[in-house]
Amino acid sequence: MADTRDLTIEEMSDQYFDVLKEIGNIGAGNATTALSTMLGTKVDMMVPKVRLMEFKEVGTTLGGEEQLVAGIYLVVDGDIHGSIMFVQKKESARAMVQKLMGMPSDEEDFTEMELSALKEIGNVITGAYLNSLSTLTNLTIYPSVPDVCIDMAGAILSVPAIEFGAISDKMLLIQTDFADDDDLSGYFILVPDEESDAKILHALGF
Amino acid sequence: MAETIKVGIADLNVVKPPDLITTIGLGSCVGIAIRDKHSKIGGLVHVMLPNSKEVKSSNNLAKFADTGIPELVRRLEKMGALRSRMVAKIAGGATMFSFQSKSELTGIGDRNVAATKAALKALNIPILAEDTGANYGRTVTFNPETGDYEVKAVGKPLKVI
Repeated sequence: MADTRDLTIEEMSDQYFDVLKEIGNIGAGNATTALSTMLGTKVDMMVPKVRLMEFKEVGTTLGGEEQLVAGIYLVVDGDIHGSIMFVQKKESARAMVQKLMGMPSDEEDFTEMELSALKEIGNVITGAYLNSLSTLTNLTIYPSVPDVCIDMAGAILSVPAIEFGAISDKMLLIQTDFADDDDLSGYFILVPDEESDAKILHALGF
Repeated sequence: MAETIKVGIADLNVVKPPDLITTIGLGSCVGIAIRDKHSKIGGLVHVMLPNSKEVKSSNNLAKFADTGIPELVRRLEKMGALRSRMVAKIAGGATMFSFQSKSELTGIGDRNVAATKAALKALNIPILAEDTGANYGRTVTFNPETGDYEVKAVGKPLKVI
C-alpha cells in the first residue's frame, strides 16, 4: 500500500481489521494467561470481537450509558503514540479484585487497596496486549502507569471517544470475554493516533 | 404526555414544554442547555471537543463547542426562539483520569468549558448557572418550561442548577 497516512478509520481495509482482530486475539490470549497466573484459577477466553462503532452506540455496548464501569487507562509512547483503555462492568471488576485479593468485600465502594489491585490487573492485561502488538510489529511501545476510574459508562468511554473524535466520528472497540465461574468480560479500546496507524500497517508489511 | 428527548454524544436537539431533554454520562464533554425564557423553547447540545478548526474530521457540527452552540441557537431560532431572550446553563467538563494523555488533549474538560463560555459570549447568551470540572461523570436533564437543569452524578445527591 502506498501512503496510508491519509487513510481515515472508516476507509481502513478489511485486511487491517483482520490484523487488528488477530492482534486482539493474541493479546487477549496473553492477557488470559497472565490473568490466570495472577488469579490462580483457570480462565477461558472467547474469540475477541472487533467493531467500529459510532460514538452514539458506544455507551449502549456496556449495558447503557449509566451502567457503572471501571476504566483502566494508560498512555502509550515510543514508536507509536496513543492510549489504551480496559473497561469492564463494576461487578466484573469487583469479582476480579476479590479473586486476586482472596477476600470478599461488602463495601459499596472500592477501598484504596482494591483500587490499587484493579490498577495492577489493568496493568497486566493491557501489558500483555501491548506486548503482542510490539512483538508482531517490532515497534517499541512503552505504556505509562495506569489510572483507574469508576463511573458511568458514558463518562468513562467519552475519554477515548474524544481522542478518536479528533480524527473520526467512530471508534474501534475490541471486546474480550474472559470466562471462568464468574462473568469477567472486558473491553479494550485502542486509540492509536493517525501516524501510528500508518506505522502499525507499515510494520506489518502493508 | 411529556416525553424526555435523548441527546447522544456529539449530538443536539430542541424541545418544547412539556417535553424534557436529557443527555447521559457527560465526562469531559460539556452539555449546554439553552432556552428562550419567554417562548420556553429549549435545546441541548453535547459537545466533545472545543474547536472544530483544530481537527481534520469536522463534519459533525454538534461535536465541537465552537460550531455546536451556534448550530443549537440556529435550530432554536428556526422554532421561533429569540436570540436576545436566550439564556444558558452548562454542565460537564470533568477530568475523568488524573493524567489525561500528554498529547494536546491534556485538560480537555477545562478546554471544553472555556470554549463553551467563549462561544456563548460571542453570541451574547448569558450563563445563568454551571456545574463543571471535578472528576466525575454527570447525567443532565433540562426542563425548558422552568429552566431547571438537573445534574445527577454517581454517589452524589441530585443537584438542580
